[in-house]
Order: sequence, then C-alpha cells, then structure tokens
Amino acid sequence: MIYLQLFLAFLRVGFFSFGGGMAALPLIEKEVVDTFQWLSNSEFLELVTLSELTPGPIGINCATFTGFKVGGVWGSTFATLAFCLPSILLVTLVFHFLSYFKKNAIVQHFLRGLRPAVIALMIMAAYSLAQKGIKDWLAIIWGIAVFILLTRKRTDPIFLLLLSGVMGLIWYR
Amino acid sequence: MTSTKQVKWATLSSLFFSFFKIGAFTWGGGYAMLPLIKREIVEKKKMLTEEEFIEGLSVAQSLPGVMAVNTACFVGRKVEGILGSIAAVLGAVLPSFLVIMFVASFFLQYRHLEVVQNFFRGATPAIVALIVGGVVDIGKSALDDWGDLIIAFILFLVTLLLKLHPLWIVLIGGMLGVARKK
Repeated sequence: MIYLQLFLAFLRVGFFSFGGGMAALPLIEKEVVDTFQWLSNSEFLELVTLSELTPGPIGINCATFTGFKVGGVWGSTFATLAFCLPSILLVTLVFHFLSYFKKNAIVQHFLRGLRPAVIALMIMAAYSLAQKGIKDWLAIIWGIAVFILLTRKRTDPIFLLLLSGVMGLIWYR
Repeated sequence: MTSTKQVKWATLSSLFFSFFKIGAFTWGGGYAMLPLIKREIVEKKKMLTEEEFIEGLSVAQSLPGVMAVNTACFVGRKVEGILGSIAAVLGAVLPSFLVIMFVASFFLQYRHLEVVQNFFRGATPAIVALIVGGVVDIGKSALDDWGDLIIAFILFLVTLLLKLHPLWIVLIGGMLGVARKK
C-alpha cells in the first residue's frame, strides 16, 4: 500500500513539474508533507538541503530520499520510477509528433503561459522554506549575504551551502 | 541505424556510461548538467549533431518532469531507439539513486544529533537564497514582460491564500497562456 501511495504521489509530481527541480519543490512538499505526512517540516528542509548537496537532479534526489525513508530500497525504487515515468512517456510521445508539437498554437501558448507559473512555484518554494527554517535575525542577514554573493559574485552555490552549514555549527552551538 | 548486435550494445553502454558520469559528478540539478551533456554527447562522442541536440533540448525543457531525465530520454531515443532511451535514463538516474540511499541510511540514523541539526539550521538561509537567486535568473528573461511577473505574483498569492495544490498553478498558468495567445 505504501508503495502504491509513493508511486501515485510521485507520478503526480512528475506530470506537473515544469521548469526544473526548484519549481518542483512545492509539488513535492504538498504530497510529502501535507497530503501523506511522510516528512515533517524540518525533515523537508533537510531533504532539500541534502538534495542540493549531493550530485544529480534535485527531483530524483528528493524522490529517492522520501521513498527510502518511508519504504526502504523498494520505496526508493517506486518513488523514483514514478517520477521518471511521465518524462519517458511524454518524451517518447512528443518524439513521434515533434513537428506537430512545435507548430500547434495551443500547445505553444500553453507552454509560454507556464513561464509565470514556474516563477510563482519558485517564489512559493522560497517562501515556504523561509517560513519553516528562518527563525532569527542572523539567518535573515546571512540569507541576504548569500543572495548577494550568488548573484553579484557568482560564488559556487555548493561552497556557500557548506559554509553556511559550518556557520550554523559555530553559531547555534 | 546500426547493423550488428555487438555494435548496438556498444552504443547502449556508451549512452549509459556517458549519462552515468554526468549524473555522478554534476551538482546543482538539471540546468547544471546541460552543458556537460552537450560536451559529452555532441562534442566528444559525436552521437548527435549540435542542431539535433538543441532541438532535443527545447523539447526536454518544455515537457514536465526532471530535465536531465527528459534530455537523456530524448538523446537515447534519437541515437538508439527505445532501448537507447532506457539506457540513457538509467545512467542519468542511477548515481543519484545510489548516492541518496547511501546518504539517507546514515542520515536517518544521525539526524537527531545536535551537530547535524545545527549544520542544517545554518544551511537553510543559503537554500532560500539559492532559490530566490533562481527566481531572479528566470525573472530577468521575463522582465521585459510585466504581465508575466504580475501573473506570477497573483498565482503565488492565490495558491497560498486558498491553500490550493500547486499543480493548479501549472494548469491555470498554462490556460492563461492559451487565453492570452502569447
């Protein structure tokens, strides 16, 4: 039963996650934290951090981790498989109707319309994570500092993540 | 495409290992993988031409799902049919799958330790900053269109206030696109 739930939850995520891993986070959160309560708020935060710190696509990392926590190796397998299935089906389908897909006005308008939707999803991801995990002034100031380093100095994000973690070790000790 | 069975296996394993290598050594998700996939598949292995790859990329980016998986699926399909898709997708996913199971089995044992908690507490503002940085990056290309930004913000607020499933953002956004005929 838990395998079926994992499969359906990540199948839903797979079908609606447009625009990359970060935009998929609110969908994953909805299923994993709200609907099925497999992870607590703080566990979800840890999941996102771990997914960023490890190599590979963020969505796959989230699916494998959640599946593993809830259902061991088989849980991981079902969650990850379900996340990949819509991709494989749709890419294969579109591959055969490529010219139609590219010329169809409704499809193209729909895809163009997703641009603000992707931005909205990312704002939602940031808002939700901030609400769960930013609880003191240092965290706010540090978040702004990291943002400036990222956008102005193009500092490596993984380095900034690790540095922030180490700061946490010192500050919250 | 290929005549003998041996050659075919060589292509499949080549697809698998190309994507395995990229999956194992790229941090930062799908967008970070794209230039590496291009270098490996187009420049080094010459499995696809640049035009074929860019065509595949535009499809991969417009479909739902994990971008690296979509790209792998398209490249595999083009090079070696359905079996090629399977080989490439397995290669792209397997490193994450193995690494995360390994990490999770330790992490779930030690996550309650104070050191671990403090590390993650410290990392949270950086994660938020990372996502906001992503919003700014994508928003820049949409900045010439204020309509997009206003719609994005309204979609965010509506979903938040009505506690809708985020998949509605996707559906409403897409339908608005059809209605606006942009």
